[in-house]
Amino acid sequence: MAVVEWTAHLKTLFPVLGSGPASIEAGTVAAVIAELERRAPGIAFYICDELGRLRRHVNIFVDGEMIVDRRALGDRLGEGSRVFIAQALSGG
Amino acid sequence: MADRILIGTRKGSFIAENGSGAFRLRLAGHAGTCVNYLAADPETGTIWAALGFGHWGAKLSRSTDGGQTWADASQVKYPPGARYLAPPDPDEEIEGEPTRYTIRDATLLKLWVLAFGPGGRVYVGTIPGGLFVSEDGGESFELNRPLWNHESRGGDLFTGEGLGKTDWFGTPASEGGEFAAGIHSIEVDPRNPNRILVAVSTAGVIETTDGGKTWRGRNEGMTNDYSPDQNAEWGHDPHSIQMCKANPDHVWQQNHCGVFYSSDGAATWKKVSAPEQGVHFGFPVAVDEKDGRTAWVVPGISDQRRMAIGGGLFVARTTDGGATWQQLRKGLPQENAYDVVYRHALAVKGDRVVFGSTTGNLYLSEDRGETWQTLANNLPPIYSVRFG
Repeated sequence: MAVVEWTAHLKTLFPVLGSGPASIEAGTVAAVIAELERRAPGIAFYICDELGRLRRHVNIFVDGEMIVDRRALGDRLGEGSRVFIAQALSGG
Repeated sequence: MADRILIGTRKGSFIAENGSGAFRLRLAGHAGTCVNYLAADPETGTIWAALGFGHWGAKLSRSTDGGQTWADASQVKYPPGARYLAPPDPDEEIEGEPTRYTIRDATLLKLWVLAFGPGGRVYVGTIPGGLFVSEDGGESFELNRPLWNHESRGGDLFTGEGLGKTDWFGTPASEGGEFAAGIHSIEVDPRNPNRILVAVSTAGVIETTDGGKTWRGRNEGMTNDYSPDQNAEWGHDPHSIQMCKANPDHVWQQNHCGVFYSSDGAATWKKVSAPEQGVHFGFPVAVDEKDGRTAWVVPGISDQRRMAIGGGLFVARTTDGGATWQQLRKGLPQENAYDVVYRHALAVKGDRVVFGSTTGNLYLSEDRGETWQTLANNLPPIYSVRFG
């Protein structure tokens, strides 16, 4: 069971998710996103583009490390892995 | 509705409503988010917002209660297999081999403009160069493939490798600054909704008369001053086009290379710039609803210096198809003003003319531009101003 948290901006955009963290049964980051989409329809297209790739200015960390597979989100999770969905800092 | 003005800004959606003889402005939603275009469907009253999140991508939002509450609409997405030709990418070039166009998978880079047709039809223009159409009031959107696959674009890349070259070039207007072609003007003929003009930066004007099944270039008479062949069919940079509602054969175009006017439905264009009146470079154009010879523009100095001329802001109006122009300055700042007005940030309804600038100023005229009042001075940069 992974423990999943997300940036405050996503909490505002998808209040249905609550403030987290959420416990999600998932073996990969892609499975985490799929489960979030089930709970908060539409959120997957905020995190990823049409091709399922992680958006350029979004980062996902697993146990403190940035994921490697930004194209298919195939990074594997361990039991109790902590997943954090972050937005990159930008100006303006 | 001339008593309501919808304003899309870099930091949210604003609405100005006329009550007791004065317009009152309020932040209506999307606080902190870039709103590229804000407009109401005249049939349904639904207000649509084209959003651009820096992190989360482009999203459609709508309100069915006059802007009190907003919800995500069905999202515009490129279908699997949608690809386009992009300029050669030095990172992908192979030494010793000729430079080739790069084929890219299409993902949504920007929602740029919205338009409405009868029966709940909603049109969306995007970067990279897509025209999306909803036939069901915005419940679902579909990419118009004949335009996407147009020979000027490079042919059908869904099923093959296309023609290997494209006449569609780029614009840096996507949120990420990625250089790709974009559709920013969609004009539906009120007499016949199967006739639609779209304008592409950078390619030109394209028309369908059969509801989007076939498309043809409409750039006869257009000239440009930045390419080797100034009379080429393609490669034009229309900044915006607008047709006259009562007489849609009258079409106006503020182009990168001047102001152009057509009185034959965009079949032929005539350059009607008047540099001695400052009328040449700019982004928006607005056409009188009834008289197709009357139009307004807000000029800037030039493409190298995109700012108000001489530090004084004016709107230029013609009432004779561009033969002569009048500078309208009364009530507008005439010193230390460097406002730039973007392509969707000028609108006309009846005698009212309104425009907003990237400096966050919003100006209204109730007498066709003769005199101006300031509605706001400290808004975020304004991208879109529409009555409705």
